[in-house]
Amino acid sequence: MTELLNIALPKGRLGEKVYDLFEKAGFPCPSIRENSRKLIFENPEAGVRYFWVKPSDVAIYVERGAADVGVAGRDILLEYRPELYELCDLGIGKCRMAVAAPAGFRDDPRKTLRVATKFTRIAREYYASLGRDIELIHLNGSIEIAPILGLSDVIVDIVETGTTLKENNLEVIETVLPISARLIANRSSYKFRSAEIGRIVRAIAGGAE
Amino acid sequence: MTFSSGALTWEERVTFTLRSLYAQYGYQPYTMSKFEEYDLYVRNKDFLISDGVITFTDTTGQLMALKPDVTLSIIKNTRDEGSSVRKLYYNENVYRVSKSSGSFRELMQVGLECIGGIGRADVAEVLWLAASSLYAIRPEFVLDVSHLGLIGAVLGAVPPGAEKSLLECIGQKNPHGIADAAREFGVTPETVRDLQTLASLAGPPREVLPVLRSMAERYCAVRDLDELETALSVFDGTPLAEGIRVDASVLDDMKYYNGIVFKGFLRGVPGSVLSGGQYDRLMKRMHRESGAVGFAVYLDELERLEVTAEEEPAPAADVLLLRDPDADPSSLMSAMERLVREGLSVRAASAADPKVPAKRTARLTDDGEVVFLD
Repeated sequence: MTELLNIALPKGRLGEKVYDLFEKAGFPCPSIRENSRKLIFENPEAGVRYFWVKPSDVAIYVERGAADVGVAGRDILLEYRPELYELCDLGIGKCRMAVAAPAGFRDDPRKTLRVATKFTRIAREYYASLGRDIELIHLNGSIEIAPILGLSDVIVDIVETGTTLKENNLEVIETVLPISARLIANRSSYKFRSAEIGRIVRAIAGGAE
Repeated sequence: MTFSSGALTWEERVTFTLRSLYAQYGYQPYTMSKFEEYDLYVRNKDFLISDGVITFTDTTGQLMALKPDVTLSIIKNTRDEGSSVRKLYYNENVYRVSKSSGSFRELMQVGLECIGGIGRADVAEVLWLAASSLYAIRPEFVLDVSHLGLIGAVLGAVPPGAEKSLLECIGQKNPHGIADAAREFGVTPETVRDLQTLASLAGPPREVLPVLRSMAERYCAVRDLDELETALSVFDGTPLAEGIRVDASVLDDMKYYNGIVFKGFLRGVPGSVLSGGQYDRLMKRMHRESGAVGFAVYLDELERLEVTAEEEPAPAADVLLLRDPDADPSSLMSAMERLVREGLSVRAASAADPKVPAKRTARLTDDGEVVFLD
């Protein structure tokens, strides 16, 4: 029996869009569209097994070989630097990593800038490139309230539409980097399943262009 | 001394298999101290796979380190000896920070180094032994081979400052990243295409080398490509040829490595299990005139190999000899000796334990006889 190709999809709206791409690329698995709490779906005829995982965990599944391929945001890849191949920019899930601060904030270069973020590596490297001394405050969620409560001066976070920022009286003051979803592959799987992964890349890259 | 291969752990079996392989090709075993001066690693920090080093102060007040790497120690202890070549192999524990847990781990590393006045025959021999090492562990292997000279030549056409980002993208097979970096640094469209080709091109030498040759001609790197082609020709018509790929995304730090570099993969292991190449530049940094080529096999990664039927753990013993806790010790030892002399392994216990299975079960009678129950 042919070994199934394991594909890790990020849970949520982005994951559904990503599945559509895979389906169009010739790797359908109709059961995934059924409304259920299942996390793993197989279609032996198409030779695929899909599974839903937390978006920030996709890269771990792929790096450690539990998934042969997957889709992860550029933010996750830059933050955790997993050892894998980044084969294609899918051009979906577009947003940006940005620095946001309370409206009217002015950076005082005489003081250490307090930065709250989930993405400590990206924030550290960004400010190091500017030569700005910062104090990093690692948070796991609700980053927007950190400057409001005086926990930090600014935040570094993902901004999609900017609505959440606006509702919390914050505004983007700098863009750190643009983000979109990337097709990633485990390095060993890429060697031993090159035909299937190559087919996915060609079909998806063709559609993404 | 005699021993049963069943008594060896999987890691020990791999280690002995590789040691035997290297000895067959005339490589000499090399042993070294468990500790090195910390300074050796600080001076060559980028050469190390992980940043962390376990340090301690020895009795003379010198800051020492538990080896995070073997190659640096071998170079340090090797002198230039004209055109002669030293061929060495080792199996050593090294101490590195695990990327996943962030804590130190003791890892077994087996490898070889060929140091001195090396030529293309030495490089090809080391490449052959790298492929043979993988094949010996599991025949489903891939050895990705590249030449840093060609990549260096193409990168010579990009503006200063762009190399780091572009190398990172090539290593990730990331064509869109190359395009982004190229836009930022003003790289010409033709060079961008070539860099993207280098990143994505991978396959058997007969398919990939012709593509690389036309690129090598444009970037004055024909000599590098000839070197690669010559080294790979040793696999022509051999069973190893099936696992050999040319993949220009195989990179190593160009401050240390030059020429041919390679990485090995085994089906069932998520990351590379073997890494090596020519490191004349590291030799130069350590004030050596000669060149060097070598590789290491990381046995910790091999733990992930699925256990096949033939590799399933052997039973704890051939015979489980049931006896009373207060059985006569002389009768018991005499019975066990008889079984051992027959070539059987025997485990004496008062009851069977499913965690330590035996092939057969026997009972020791009051008369000191062994009666098989199955």
